[in-house]
Amino acid sequence: MKLLATLKQRLFRWRSDGTGPLRLGQRRIFIVPSHGGLLFALALIVMLIGAINYNLALGHALVFLLAGLGIVGMIHTFRNLYGLVVTPGRCEPVFAGETAHFPLVLDNDRPSPRLALELAADPGLPANATVDAKKSTKTNIPLTATRRGWLDLPRVRLSTRYPLGLFTAWAYLQPAVRCLVYPCPVAAPLPPALASAAGGERSGDGGQEDFAGFRQRQPADSPRHVAWKASARDTAKPLLVKQFAGGAQVEGVFDWLQTDSALPDETRIGILTGWVLAAEAADIRYGLRLPGLDIPPASGDRHRQRCLEALALFEP
Amino acid sequence: MSTPAREALDRHATPWLFATALATTAPHALHQPLWLSALAGGLLLWAVWLWWKDERLPGRWVLVPLVAAGCAGILIEFHTLFGRDAGVAMLVMFMTMKLLELKSRRDAMVVVTLAYFLLLTHYLFSQSIPTGVWLLACLWLVTATLIRLHGGPASLPRATLRHAALLCLQALPFMLVLYVLFPRISGPLWGLPSDAHAGKTGLSDTMSPGSISQLVQSGDIAFRVRFDGPVPPKQKLYWRGPVMEQFDGNSWRPYAVRPPAEQLEFLSPPVSYETTLEPHNQRWLLALDAPTGLPPEMALNGTLTVALRDPLTERRRFRLAASLDYRFNATEAPTVIRRNLLLPAESNPQSRALAEQWRSAGSGPEAIIGKALALFAADFTYTLRPPLLGRDGVDEFLFRSKRGFCEHYAAAFVVLMRGAGIPARVVGGYQGGEFNPLDGYLVVRQSDAHAWAEVWLAGQGWVRIDPTAAVSPSRIETGIADALPFEDALPVLIQWRSEWVTTLRYRWEAINNAWNQHILGYDPQRQRDLLARLGLPEADWRSLATLLATSCGLLVATLMAWALYQRPRRDPVLRLWHKALRHLARRQVDCAPWETPLDLARRVEQQRPELAASFQRVVDAYLLARYGTDNNLTALREAIAQLRQ
Repeated sequence: MKLLATLKQRLFRWRSDGTGPLRLGQRRIFIVPSHGGLLFALALIVMLIGAINYNLALGHALVFLLAGLGIVGMIHTFRNLYGLVVTPGRCEPVFAGETAHFPLVLDNDRPSPRLALELAADPGLPANATVDAKKSTKTNIPLTATRRGWLDLPRVRLSTRYPLGLFTAWAYLQPAVRCLVYPCPVAAPLPPALASAAGGERSGDGGQEDFAGFRQRQPADSPRHVAWKASARDTAKPLLVKQFAGGAQVEGVFDWLQTDSALPDETRIGILTGWVLAAEAADIRYGLRLPGLDIPPASGDRHRQRCLEALALFEP
Repeated sequence: MSTPAREALDRHATPWLFATALATTAPHALHQPLWLSALAGGLLLWAVWLWWKDERLPGRWVLVPLVAAGCAGILIEFHTLFGRDAGVAMLVMFMTMKLLELKSRRDAMVVVTLAYFLLLTHYLFSQSIPTGVWLLACLWLVTATLIRLHGGPASLPRATLRHAALLCLQALPFMLVLYVLFPRISGPLWGLPSDAHAGKTGLSDTMSPGSISQLVQSGDIAFRVRFDGPVPPKQKLYWRGPVMEQFDGNSWRPYAVRPPAEQLEFLSPPVSYETTLEPHNQRWLLALDAPTGLPPEMALNGTLTVALRDPLTERRRFRLAASLDYRFNATEAPTVIRRNLLLPAESNPQSRALAEQWRSAGSGPEAIIGKALALFAADFTYTLRPPLLGRDGVDEFLFRSKRGFCEHYAAAFVVLMRGAGIPARVVGGYQGGEFNPLDGYLVVRQSDAHAWAEVWLAGQGWVRIDPTAAVSPSRIETGIADALPFEDALPVLIQWRSEWVTTLRYRWEAINNAWNQHILGYDPQRQRDLLARLGLPEADWRSLATLLATSCGLLVATLMAWALYQRPRRDPVLRLWHKALRHLARRQVDCAPWETPLDLARRVEQQRPELAASFQRVVDAYLLARYGTDNNLTALREAIAQLRQ
C-alpha cells in the first residue's frame, strides 16, 4: 500500500502547480485504453481469427488497417491534450452547501480545435469544454462546498477520449486556486433591539426614510436603491440612486455573545450569518463582534462581504 | 463516475449511425434472401422515421419478439444460426435492430464495432478491387461516425470527415508493415462450416447433356497460367479435369475405384509453367496433359488427372511441368479395358447397331475412329443451344437432332467406340485459353470448359480424340467465340471482339491478375520469399516479430514526433513584443505575467526614466499593431530598433 502511494505520488505529482498558466507537457499526460477500446481490440482479434480461418487477404488488410487506426487514434487522443495551456482564474465566494465554480481558462494555440475535453475535480460533477482553433475558453469546474472557510480546488482531472474513444488520456492539474465558503446561514429571529426596527422598516414607517433626492450611483451602492425609473429617462447619464433622509438610523451590532452558548459553534456562526443577511436585506446598519474582531456598523456589499468573510474564517 | 454508458447520444449524431448502418449492410442485399433485406430495410426506415419525428424508441416488448422472429426466419432459411451465410444474416439483423435501441454513446459504440465487423464479412463474398475500394470508403465513413460520436455537436461534418481521412491515411503505413511482416498462418484454423465455399463455379464430376454448355455461359476466370517459355500452340492446350468412365445412359461419372498407377513415356521436352487456380471446390487440379514432375502434396490418380488431398477452396498457385507429347499406358490393366467397354443394356440401340456394323465390316480401330469423325464432320452443327434430348439421348443426337455442344460429341463418340469394341472414355477439362499480351498470362475461363474423348489403342495406349474438332475446327484453334453461331448468347465480354474493347479488357484483367497474384496471393510462401529477398532467409516468427516491432515502433515514433513538434506559428506582433521585452529584461526590467503593456510602461517610467520615451513608442506601436486596424509592423520594428540603442 505504501509503495503504491509512493508510486502515485511520483507519477501523478501531487504538488501544487501555482497560479500561473500551465502548459501540458508529455510527462503530465497519461493514456490507457477505454472500455470502447477494449471492445474494439476484442473485435479485432475475432476479425483476425476470421480472416485467417477463411484465408481472406483483404480481411487481413482490414484488420491491420484498423489496428493502425487504433494506434493513430491513441496518438491523436494524446495530442488532444498535449500543449493545452490552462490558466486558473478567480473564484467567487459561495455559501456552504452551494456549488463553487472554479474558473479555468483553456488556451489552444494550435490551428485545429480541441474537442470533448472533460474537467472534473469531483468525479460526479464533470464539466465539458471545447476549445476552437487558436482560441481560448473559460470553463467552470463545479465543486460542492460543504464546509465554511477556504475551499482549495482539489486535483483536477482533465481527460479526453476524442477522437476515436478507444483511449482515455488524462492529466492531473493542481492549480493553487481557492474559494471562500461563507457559513451556511441559519434562520433565526434577529436580536430584539433590531427586530422591531426591521419590522418597522417593513411596514413602511415614513418617518425614517423620507425621500431626499438623487445622487450618482457608486459601486458600493446596493442595486435595490437605484432609481431605475429616473435613470431610464436619460440613458446617457450614469445610474442614479435614491437618497433618503433619516434612513439607516437603526443600527446594531451582532455579537458572538448574543447567540445561545449552549448551541454548537457552527450553529452559532450560522445564526450570525443569517442575521447579517437579514439585516442586509432589511437595510439596517449593522456591525459584527466576534472574539478578537470588531467590525463597526455599516452597510453595503463591501461591508457584507467583510462580515461574511470574517464569519467564514472565524475560529471559535 | 461518469461512464460512457450514461452519456446520452446527441440528436444530430444519429444520422451518422444510419449512414454507417446503410453503407455496411446494403451490399449484402446482393446475396442474402430477399425477406431479410426487406426486414433490414424496414427496420432502418422505421428507425429513421422515429428519429425524424423525434418519437420514443420502441420498448423491450417490441424488440425482443422482433429479434426472436428474425432469428427464427434465419433458422428456417439456413437451418443454422452459425456459418457464413447465417452468421452474416444475424449480423445484418442485429445491426438494424440496434438502430432502434440507440440511447447512449455505448449503444452507438456497439453499432460502430458491428459496422467494422460487417466490413470484414463482405470479403467472404468478394475480394476484388471494386470491393476493396468501396470498403475503404465505408471505413472512412465509419471512422468519421466514431469521431462524430466522441466529438459531440462541436464536431462539424466537414471537419469530421477530414479528420477521419487523416486518421485513415496515417493508419495506412501500419497496415502495409503489418501486411508484409505479420507472421502469416495458412488457414483454416478449424473445420469451416459447410457453406464456407458455396457458390464456386467450375467443372463438376458428372457430365450430362447440357452441363458444360451451361458452364460455358460464364465469363468467369477458371485459372491463369504463365509459361516459362513461349506459349504452346492452342490446339495442344488440353487442361485435364475428371476422367469419366461410368455411363448410365444419360450421364457420365468417374469410377470410385482407382486404376493402377500410370505408365508414362514422355516424347517431348517438358514445358514448365505456373498456374493460379480459382477455387472450384473439387479435388482435381487442371494440369496440362501430360504432367511430368509433381510437387509432393499432389499425385496422379491413375487417369492422368492430378489430384489434391483436399478440395481447392481458395485461390492457389502451383508450379507444374508438362510434356505435350506422351504415351500413356501402352499396356493397360484388363479390368480398366473391360470397364471402358461397358454400355448400359437396352439404351441407344441405333448407335450400337451402327458401331456393330462398322466392327463387322472388319475395319481396324483407326478406320472406325475415322468413320465416326467423318460422320460428325458431314452434317452436324456445333451450338450452345441444342434441342432437349429424351431417354436414348445419343441415338436422338446422332440420327435426328444433329445439333450439339462438346459434351454431346464426346459422349456420342465414346458410345460409338465402345459399341465397336474400342475402349473409350470421356475426359472433362478446359481447352485453349486467351493470351493477355500485357502481363503475359494465359487466361482460361469457364467458357473454355470442354469435353473430349480418349480411346485405348494397343501399343499406343490412351490416345486423345477430340470429336468437336471434327465438327468445328475453329473451336480448338481460335476459341469458342469464333466457333459458335452469332445468336448463341455468350457473355458480352467474350463476344466483343473490337480491338479497343479487347485491349481494355486485357488491361483490366492484367490489373486484376496483378492484384490477385501480389496482394491476395500473399501467403506464407510469398512472405518467406520476400524476406529472403530482403536478406532474411529462414526468417522464423521470432525474427519476424522483431522486425515487425521495430518497424511499428519507428512508425509510432514518427507519428509522435509529428504530434509533439507541431510548433504553432506565433503571431508576428506578439513575437516582436516578446523581443522588446527581452531587451527590457537585459536592462533589469522584467515584465510580470499579469502586467499590461501600459502598466509596464508606467513602471518603466518610474524605474528607468531614461528608457521611458523609447519604450512608450514601442508600446504605442504594439498596441496599434495588435488592436488597431492597421497591421503595418514597420513602426513597431523601428521602435524596437530604437529601444536597443
